[in-house]
Formats: sequence, C-alpha cells, structure tokens
Amino acid sequence: MRRGFAPWADPTAAPLVRFDNVSKRFGDVAAVDRLSLDVYRNEFFALLGPSGCGKTTLLRMLAGFEMPDEGRVLLDGRDIAAMPPHRRPVNMMFQSYALFPHLSVAGNIAFGLRQDGLAKAAISARVDEMLALVKLEGLGSRRPDQLSGGQRQRVALARSLAKRPQVLLLDEPMAALDRKLREETQFELMDLQVRLGLTFVIVTHDQEEAMTVAHRIAVMDRGRIVQVATPAEIYEQPRSRWVAEFVGDINLIEGVVLASGAGEALIADKGGRRFRVAADVAVGTQVFIALRPEKVRILPAPAPPDAPNTMHGRVWDIGYLGGVSIYKVRLDDGAVVKASVANVARLTGQAIGADDEVWLSWPPDAGVVLAS
Amino acid sequence: MARRLIHARSGGAFSLGTKLTVAAPYLWLLGFFLVPFIIVVKISLSETALAQPPYAPALDVAAGWQGIQDFFAGLSFANYLTIAGDNLYVFSYLKSLKVAAVSTAILLLCGLPLAYAMARAPRAVRPLLVTLVVLPFWTSFLIRVYAWINILQRDGLLNQVLMWLGLIDQPTTWLATDTAVYIGLVYSYLPFMVLPLYASLEKLDETLLEAAADLGCPRWKAFFAITIPLALQGLGAGALLCFIPIVGEFVIPDLLGGSDAVMIGQTLWMDFFANRDWPVASAVAVMLVGLLMVPIAVYQHLQTREIEGR
Repeated sequence: MRRGFAPWADPTAAPLVRFDNVSKRFGDVAAVDRLSLDVYRNEFFALLGPSGCGKTTLLRMLAGFEMPDEGRVLLDGRDIAAMPPHRRPVNMMFQSYALFPHLSVAGNIAFGLRQDGLAKAAISARVDEMLALVKLEGLGSRRPDQLSGGQRQRVALARSLAKRPQVLLLDEPMAALDRKLREETQFELMDLQVRLGLTFVIVTHDQEEAMTVAHRIAVMDRGRIVQVATPAEIYEQPRSRWVAEFVGDINLIEGVVLASGAGEALIADKGGRRFRVAADVAVGTQVFIALRPEKVRILPAPAPPDAPNTMHGRVWDIGYLGGVSIYKVRLDDGAVVKASVANVARLTGQAIGADDEVWLSWPPDAGVVLAS
Repeated sequence: MARRLIHARSGGAFSLGTKLTVAAPYLWLLGFFLVPFIIVVKISLSETALAQPPYAPALDVAAGWQGIQDFFAGLSFANYLTIAGDNLYVFSYLKSLKVAAVSTAILLLCGLPLAYAMARAPRAVRPLLVTLVVLPFWTSFLIRVYAWINILQRDGLLNQVLMWLGLIDQPTTWLATDTAVYIGLVYSYLPFMVLPLYASLEKLDETLLEAAADLGCPRWKAFFAITIPLALQGLGAGALLCFIPIVGEFVIPDLLGGSDAVMIGQTLWMDFFANRDWPVASAVAVMLVGLLMVPIAVYQHLQTREIEGR
C-alpha cells in the first residue's frame, strides 16, 4: 500500500479534501493565509509546523469548528461550508482526548454510533470491534479516569474511528505520550490507516513523527504552506532555508556562485573555501548550501587530494547520542560545521576526541543549493 | 485511590497535623450542632411548666444519683404523640415539603439557564455577573422581603404594571397567597441555586462539547447528553441548598403568605413564642431534622458514589 502510492502525482486523480484559497483571521492575525491544499483518498497526510503556524486552525476548519473567512473547503468535491460539525463525515481525535468523564469506555466509543440511531446490537458489536482494534478488550466498563494516559489515548482513537469517518483528523494525538509509547503508537497508527483504508490528516509539531507516519507532509509557517512533499523530499530537497532548518539538523554555508555548468556549480564561501555542488544556479547569485550532518565525512588525517569539498578544523564539541555521535567542528575561520557519524562499532575510547585536528569532506551531490 | 487510603490507614501513618485537621470540623459539629441538638431533644421529652425555664423536669445535679434518676423518669414521648395526632402539625409538615419541592423546581428552571449563560459569557465579564448575583445580599434580607410586600400589595408595582400592560383590568390579590410565598422564596434563594450551578458549569471543558458535535450530536442534544450530567453535582448541591432551608423557612411565608395553611417554621415559632410551649416546639424541631435527614442522606450517597467513580 505504501510503496507506489502516489495519487498526488496523478493529474487525473480527484482529491478527497481540497482547501481552495482559504483564509482565516483572528483579529488582525491571519491564522491561515490564502492557502490551497489537496489531500487524496487513503492518504496519511501530515500538517507540520511550529506552534501558531495555523495547522490546527486548518484541521478545525475541516471539522467545522472554524469557518473560513475566504475560500472554500471541499470534501469529495462538495463545498462543506454550510455543513455543521455534527453532520460532517469526518471525525477528530482531540489533543486533550476530550473523553466524556461521565461515560464508560464503551459509552464513549458508542456515543457517535448512538447519534446515528444504530440498533443496540450493532452498536455493541462495533464497540467490541473497536476495543479489540485498539487492544483494550475487557476495559469497556472502566471510566476514563481509571485508565492510564496511553489507554485514554487509545479510547480517544477508538471513539474517533468508530463511525468510520471519511477523514480522520488527529490533532497532536501523541503529544502526551512518552517517547517509547509514542514510537509504538506511530507504527500502530500507520498499520490501522492501511488496514481500515481510511484517510488520515494529522497535525503535529514533531517532525520525526510526521516523517514516520505520513505519505506526504505540508510544512507550514505563519499561515502558509512552505512545502508539500514526501518525507524524503522534504528532508533531502528542502525548498527553502526555513524548511531545511525546521526539518532535521542542517549545516548552512553562505556563499556566492562563481561558475556554473554541466549540472554543477562552483560556490565560494566567506572564508574563501570553494565547493562543488550538484545544482544549476546563475553565476553571481548569493546562495546557501544546505548540508545534512550525516553526509559530511570526518577524518582524523588529511583528506586525500582528490577528495571533494574539504574543510579543516578542530573538534569543538561532541554529542554522543548512542546510535550516532554529532561532532561540532570549528573551522579555521571560526565557522562551525556539524558532522554526524553512526557508531557502527562499540566504542571503548573515542576514535576522534575533543580538540583533535580533523578534516571534513562531502560529495557534490550531498549539498542542496538554496536561494536565500 | 482507595487502595492508597487503606494502606495509609493500616500503616497508622497519619501525622498529628493531619489528625488535627480532620478533627477540627468534627469538634465544630460536636460543639455547635450535636450538643445544642441534644439539649433540644431533652427539652422535647420534657413537659411544659409555668417556671423558668418553662419546662420540667429540670436536671438537678446537686441531688446526686437520685436527682438524675428522677430526671430520666420525668421524660416522655408524649409531645411526639401530640404532634403525630394533631392534623395541624401533619399539614404544616406536608405544606412545607410541598412548598420546598415546588420552589426548588422553579429555582432549577430559573437558575439553570441563568448559570449557563453566566458560564458561557466572555471570561472578562464573569466576575461582574457573579457580583451581580450576590449583590442583593448587600441589603438586609428582611428589608428586601418588606420591599416585596410593597410590590405585591393591591396598589403595588406589580398590579400597576400588569394593568398598564392591559393584562388585567382589576387589581389582583397577590399578598397573603401561596404565589407571593413562591415569588419571595424564588427571589431570595436564587443565588444559592445559581452559584453552585455556575461553579460546575464553568468548569465544563468546551472541547467536550466540540467532541460531542464532532461525533454527530447537535448542540441542543449535547446540552442534555454532556452538560447536564457533568453539572449534576452542582445541580444537586443547588437543589439541596435551597430545599433544606426552605422547608424550615419562617420569615417569607409569615410576611408574604396567608394564614390559612402555615408552614412548619411558622408553627414552630407560634409554639415557642405565642404558646410558650418549648417542649412541643422542640419536638417539632427534632422531627424537622429527622425529616431533612432523608434528602441529606440521599445527597451524601450520591456524592460518595461520584467520588468512587462507581
């Protein structure tokens, strides 16, 4: 399902959700600013951005809790502006879970089904099915305050899935979970999404979470979308400095294009170093080279003369993260470049220690050239 | 939670400070409720007498053991039998219960929308609204009830307004009717209904209503499915805070009501002050407490269930 799933690349595919030039203002602040976005059926879509970027407002417009000031929100080709929240075939999982404290777990899950006037037997069958789906069998008669945080999160998920919504909206669904549980839950969510064949739209400020679960990510900043792409594209081909810095760790090297041709540009930085980068840019432009730390090689000895893009400096700081170590290297002119190294072998002593003299090198296709 | 409590108890780990904190309300109740109540019970078992105090027997501790024995021998349940056998008392009790039940119902109907509107008002104006609800307390309760006499009398404000509106052509008699009593009670007790209701409605998490709407529940339905059940505790507190004192209410029915069917508070007053029959009056009071035990016990039971989460 995940491999080869790319309806956004198909010009004939009709989106399930379409935001068409939507704006929403709160007072003077534009929470969402002339934004257009398509989400396709069976897609797991993430809205990623810092707090206050408008991602939650976008989600709430889809749920019907906020009305757009301008533009249209289309669901399956129909404008849903006039549809109140309780009529929309979408369900939301709230960040606070918003479980009804006076109802049991089963009562919470059944709440939406009761509104549809389903028969008692059908409701209880669906509740059991949902409890099994989120692995909470036997806890149906508990009250929300008798559950752990992780269990409450599952009840909220089951409740929002019980009606088989056309789109499931998840507002920071894992923000309250600890790291380990969050990772497990991410994979379970992905599994559920595929198994149930539903469309999920998740709002998160956690880029790792977005990259793990989503087919595509919309990176948002101040009410606008800065980039919509697959996680790999966002990471490897960020469209702007802002995206590059927001998603993952990055080195930014400012420079001027000296020469360009045959798909490669020669760029000089302020310290006079020259770099070859795989990119087509006009000569004379002021640019940034975005370079992921894991693509920088760090060597304890002078790099061979044919090594591309070399830099020389001293280790200033080492961050040992277990699986990888991050080396902060201070170059001769004072600039700091980060290089990360996977700790493949068990470390007994550091191969490269603090204050060691090191040489850095990276291939031309490792860097991305960004115009400012 | 329960397990932790049991654990603490079996460990006997309550500190002196905790014991004193727990003891304080019990000592208060002992000194200011239980002891006076026992004295009232004792008087209710006595006989009326032309003496000071106006009942017999008096406990003569100086006479030693014999005195105490005489004292207990002199006590009887005769007053309770009198009350049970006299229709006046039975009707007074029933009338009080009826008035309290009806006015509590009216108070619920008036208080709920008011408290709901207050809890949904912009956060900045809520303190002002609470102040407005409490504002009548700034003037004497008695003066306010007298003001109602003014409004309700034949040429009072109410009749004038109704005639001006053309709703009636003759002045209607309001004063000295049950309607006047209900008006006075609802007016006086409204803050006691509104404040606990407001407190519980204000705590209500708005996202719960959004969640209900999201799951297909229209707003009016969510009011009954979510808001009311979550405000039940405030609803119960408000209802009892009104019902219990209204049963024993004296001033309002005495000033605004008629003399045909009196409430138990008025009967009590007459026995104490007009008839100077302290023992019977005490028996009436003791039976009133017994009567009110039922709703209080029900409330306690509901609250414990709420705390235990069922």
